[in-house]
Amino acid sequence: MKADKEGVLTGNHFLDGDHACCEGAIAAGCRFVAGYPITPSTEVVERIASRFPLVGGIFIQMEDEIASSIAICGGSWAGKKSMTVTSGPGLSLMMEHIGYAAMTETPCVFVDVQRGGPSTGLPTMPAQADIMQARWGSHGDYEIIALAPNSCQEAFDLTVHAFNLSEKYRVPVLFMLDECVGHMTEKVVIPEADEIEIEPRKMTNKKPGEYLLYETDDSMVPEMVHAGEGYNFHITGLTHDERGYPNLTVDTQAKLVRRLCDKINKNADDIIMYEDFHLDDADTVVIAFGITSRIAQHAVNMARDEGKKVGFIRLQVIWPFPEQIIRELAGGNVKKFVVPELNLGQLVLEVERVVAGQAEVVSVPHAGGTVHNPEDIYEKL
Amino acid sequence: MGKTDTLNKTAEVRTPAENPVDKYLRMDRMPHIWCPGCGIGSTVNCFVRAVEDAMIDIKKLAIVSGIGCTGRVAGYMNLDSFHTTHGRAIPMATGVKLANPEMNVVVYSGDGDLFAIGGNHFIHAARRNLDIKIICVNNFTYGMTGGQVTPTTPQGIIASTMPYGNFEHTFNLPFLAESCGAVYVARWTAAHVKQLTKSMKEMMSKKGFGFIEIFSPCPTLFGRRNKIADGLEHMIQFKDKCKIKKGASAKEATFDPDNEIVLGTFVNTERKTFMESMNDRYEKVFGPKYVRYGEE
Repeated sequence: MKADKEGVLTGNHFLDGDHACCEGAIAAGCRFVAGYPITPSTEVVERIASRFPLVGGIFIQMEDEIASSIAICGGSWAGKKSMTVTSGPGLSLMMEHIGYAAMTETPCVFVDVQRGGPSTGLPTMPAQADIMQARWGSHGDYEIIALAPNSCQEAFDLTVHAFNLSEKYRVPVLFMLDECVGHMTEKVVIPEADEIEIEPRKMTNKKPGEYLLYETDDSMVPEMVHAGEGYNFHITGLTHDERGYPNLTVDTQAKLVRRLCDKINKNADDIIMYEDFHLDDADTVVIAFGITSRIAQHAVNMARDEGKKVGFIRLQVIWPFPEQIIRELAGGNVKKFVVPELNLGQLVLEVERVVAGQAEVVSVPHAGGTVHNPEDIYEKL
Repeated sequence: MGKTDTLNKTAEVRTPAENPVDKYLRMDRMPHIWCPGCGIGSTVNCFVRAVEDAMIDIKKLAIVSGIGCTGRVAGYMNLDSFHTTHGRAIPMATGVKLANPEMNVVVYSGDGDLFAIGGNHFIHAARRNLDIKIICVNNFTYGMTGGQVTPTTPQGIIASTMPYGNFEHTFNLPFLAESCGAVYVARWTAAHVKQLTKSMKEMMSKKGFGFIEIFSPCPTLFGRRNKIADGLEHMIQFKDKCKIKKGASAKEATFDPDNEIVLGTFVNTERKTFMESMNDRYEKVFGPKYVRYGEE
């Protein structure tokens, strides 16, 4: 399916990452946004508020992030592609509803423009310290998808993709910009609507009475219905059976929670996205994402100029984590992985887990507030 | 005892198969979890009769509940139904209503859920005059979790977390609702089924933010600790102590178990809804190129 022409601002633009993200959401078909503005994500909802009236969308500034994050679940079940936008403190408040969206299999997108933390931290300055929270922040076992753009163009492109993944797998998708990508301004090319691929919502063809809300086939993703269509569906955050009815038993819990995880993990190959450079001869590989990947790229180029065999993996999807490629490299010629990130060592833990002692893993931490110097990374290569 | 006899005489015994409210309920989920003597079931009965009387298209009716005993109402209603997280029924309902304005959206939840953890959402939804309806079954306690104190527990009442009697000031919910901008505000008890049904119908037929508070017995967790261990006895107390007052001010709608308690409709007025205000504003700014949202 192609994008609806009505929302797509085809052409060349000069946009900051937050605005590009807003345009990506509109192009993806998002028509319901509930948000509680917070720096450095505010520009996303400001532009939404300005753009929505003439594209048939509805934006509401809610009373807080808790309300915003459940309102988008309601919006999604009532038939609109839905999104909320926040930053660290707000993301912390939204955690319960990331779990609720995962449990009820509600397609929706949570945009998180990361700033320094913990707590109020550095409201106007960058960090990439919500990476583990994005993955583990809500209680219980579940899986989400998280993407991290490193340019304004990608803030557009990957926002569209975030909605597509959310629809395909019926899962909350976290779209993790950092303050730098959110606030820097670059050229953004928005294609024609018929060049933008849109994943349609997986609606059922079954009639009420034949349809079960959480019945699945091999895809492990159930077909959806919307409020007002006569299906009289029931959704609950309680452990539930295929009818959607609460069923608080050991067997139902195991079946449900395993499926919620399997539908992401077993489709990881379809979801994972990264760019790689110079892996063929690399004995050292840098792994980075977001704004840090652009500094890391510079450090890698410096090392390559000196003949060092340094490769580079730039993650576009962070969760699920691209285990396979890293495991293969660790089992091959790569002796060292270098992981720079704007936190005190979060993604590096995942690299260490996957590498499992087969190669050296070097963290290049940063407490946030600005970006690394390329030399900080270069020195480790 | 005289009153008990009267109640018994008027009670009709119907088998489930004949009950006209069956079609509104998920009979495959019966029996429900509510205790004998609990008033929630009576209020649900009133609600479905009100929906029928108001001739609401049930295909376009959604019900949203939070967590708790009343929070289970959504699960028993054969409607599009949402059992949300604790306290968040109103923002969920907001999302449903705004994303599909054709829906009639009713929030059905308890006093703890709506007014402790969820209080902030209530005041803002009322302020916006969102076109949603709130039914609060107020049993003065958190029944599901063992009888803790809530913002509506009267002073002096024993609760599991107020073992020496509640000393906090309590909410006057109708006054709160009115001051925040609700266009319909009423208060009844689970014993006043005729008035409650009529009031629910009246609210459902109106546009805008409506609120009905319903006192309900909770013999298991509230009554047992406070020497009203029988639901019927609590209902009779309600009948005895409550006074229906026409045109009463919400300010009078305090709750003091030792004194007369005012019931009735406190507010029944008109105000632009959130969506009407939004559409009017955008139309004024954008002119004919603006398509009014949610209006055919």
